[in-house]
Amino acid sequence: MGFLKTINIALVALRLNALRSFLTMLGIIIGIASVIVMVSVSSGSKAEIERAIDQLGSNMLNIRPGASMRGGRHSGSGTETPFTEKDIKRLKEKFAFLDKISGSINSNGPVIYGNNNWTTGITGIHADYIDVRQWVIEEGRNFSDREVRSGGKVALLGQDVIERLFDGASPLGARIRIKNVPFTVIGTLQAKGESTWGRSQDDVIFIPISTARMRVSGRSSRSVPDMVGNIYLTINPDRNIKIAEEDLTEFMRELRKIAPGAQDDFSVRNFSEFIRARNETSSTLGLLLAATAAIALLVGGIGIMNIMLVSVTERTREIGLRLAIGARRKDILMQFLVEAVTLCLIGSFFGVAIGIGAGEIIRQTIDIPVLLNIPIIFVAISSATIVGIFFGFYPAKKASRMNPIDALRYE
Amino acid sequence: MGGETIHALRDVSLTIDKGEYVAIMGPSGSGKSTLMNLIGALDVPTSGDLIINGLNLSAQEADTLADFRNQTIGFVFQQFNLLPKTSALENVKLPLFYSRHKTIVDADELAKQCLERVGLSDRLDHETTQLSGGQQQRVAIARALVNQPSVILADEPTGALDSKTSLEILDLFRELNDSGITVMVVTHDQEVADQARRKLFFRDGEIISDTAVRN
Repeated sequence: MGFLKTINIALVALRLNALRSFLTMLGIIIGIASVIVMVSVSSGSKAEIERAIDQLGSNMLNIRPGASMRGGRHSGSGTETPFTEKDIKRLKEKFAFLDKISGSINSNGPVIYGNNNWTTGITGIHADYIDVRQWVIEEGRNFSDREVRSGGKVALLGQDVIERLFDGASPLGARIRIKNVPFTVIGTLQAKGESTWGRSQDDVIFIPISTARMRVSGRSSRSVPDMVGNIYLTINPDRNIKIAEEDLTEFMRELRKIAPGAQDDFSVRNFSEFIRARNETSSTLGLLLAATAAIALLVGGIGIMNIMLVSVTERTREIGLRLAIGARRKDILMQFLVEAVTLCLIGSFFGVAIGIGAGEIIRQTIDIPVLLNIPIIFVAISSATIVGIFFGFYPAKKASRMNPIDALRYE
Repeated sequence: MGGETIHALRDVSLTIDKGEYVAIMGPSGSGKSTLMNLIGALDVPTSGDLIINGLNLSAQEADTLADFRNQTIGFVFQQFNLLPKTSALENVKLPLFYSRHKTIVDADELAKQCLERVGLSDRLDHETTQLSGGQQQRVAIARALVNQPSVILADEPTGALDSKTSLEILDLFRELNDSGITVMVVTHDQEVADQARRKLFFRDGEIISDTAVRN
């Protein structure tokens, strides 16, 4: 009893009723295709989220001053006492698990080079900021410690700024004016593209934080010496980020002398968590859609069972004949089981092809991230096989249990 | 269900030798079909022994009976029972597919020889539905022959054929019998029975006559 021959018998039988076989398969085709599409779309958006988190740095934490509350009135974020260089120093001393740490001061202003000008975000940073925020210096170099300490008039430019100001010329070594202060460009930043919020991240200029305090940021910075707007830090990957978050919160409360029970006047944020939470609904939706697709597959399976029962009844005499000429019951069982599985497998191949095609169309037309995930193809094909075995078994068993004498006489 | 037990065959004691050509006659319900089913191993006796080629069929596993049917018996039916939309050659090859105990070197060649033997060497690739009744029955006989059976069991083999074609089929049975195969034919038709060398007549589950045919 060659297995290949059994498959051949199944193929011949399916071809004899080509239209019916195709219609039966349709349930499986649609089921598998939708499984593929749903999973591709949901893993596409998941990959997108992971990419965004990766870009932020999955072990990065951000500490920012909270909104001050006076008389029950929020004064807006950043209105509380700002951080200082001293806070950063203390944090560094206290926690060995801190990998890199940097402050930042944000402001906006016009930048001029030659006849071109452009208003952009100007961020004062420590040298570690580049690594903490996962920037890459494309050309040139990062700030030196001296430049950061002593207010060096040097700048790193994002790609958008370069494009606006330099018309394709190399900016390295060029002298630009930021809020009328002359700066030397010492490096360029590799493009990061859009953030998950859809804003370009490359429209940015970095300058040393001390320079920003003294020359550029015109706000309350002078009221607090060595003021630092936000703190960004990375922790060692072997340290649990949640625990680190708690440790940092506790220590910051100490530093800022917050009475037990009183509200924090700052917040420690974990951006990866934030993004994950923001996208939780979309992954739940993806799961729901995958479940719907699975139901489609189930309905397809019931169709298979139905048509196999019809086929077994129709071919009663054939079954009787096969038994008479020496087929064992197991042979008949296998014949119909293989037929059902073959039906499902062929259907699943079509389904996979259609699913991949549909995913590609979705990706190109509505610009949703679609990630074809190879294991899911195998999962789809094996679930089709399981559907075939499960729903084909009862009809096949029925066929194999026929009494040959009655079956041969069946009209 | 329940009620009285009906004995399709009772007190039948019968020996058929290798190479005989036996016609089995009798009215409907006389037990002749039951006898055929028993000899063909499609059914097993409730009591008594049935020994064919040294194998006692009364006490065998279903799989052994299937193998026995495959190797020892060649069935020929009134309605031919060929697979539709399938070539003559494929139909004839069918029993080889279920032959477990021997290696078949060239199934096509074996099937071709059998079709030649029944005079259909020019119809190998015809689908069965394209063949006449007589030709279809020849294909069925070729299928019965492909495993070189000891016994051909034919159930009303000419019942669906006209008289001229019937005669051709009967000639074929005679030829097969001459070559040493035991042939058993169940029939209502006296003319068909006359072709055999021995006639059994059944009534109410019993053999009421067992005669040699002179021809």
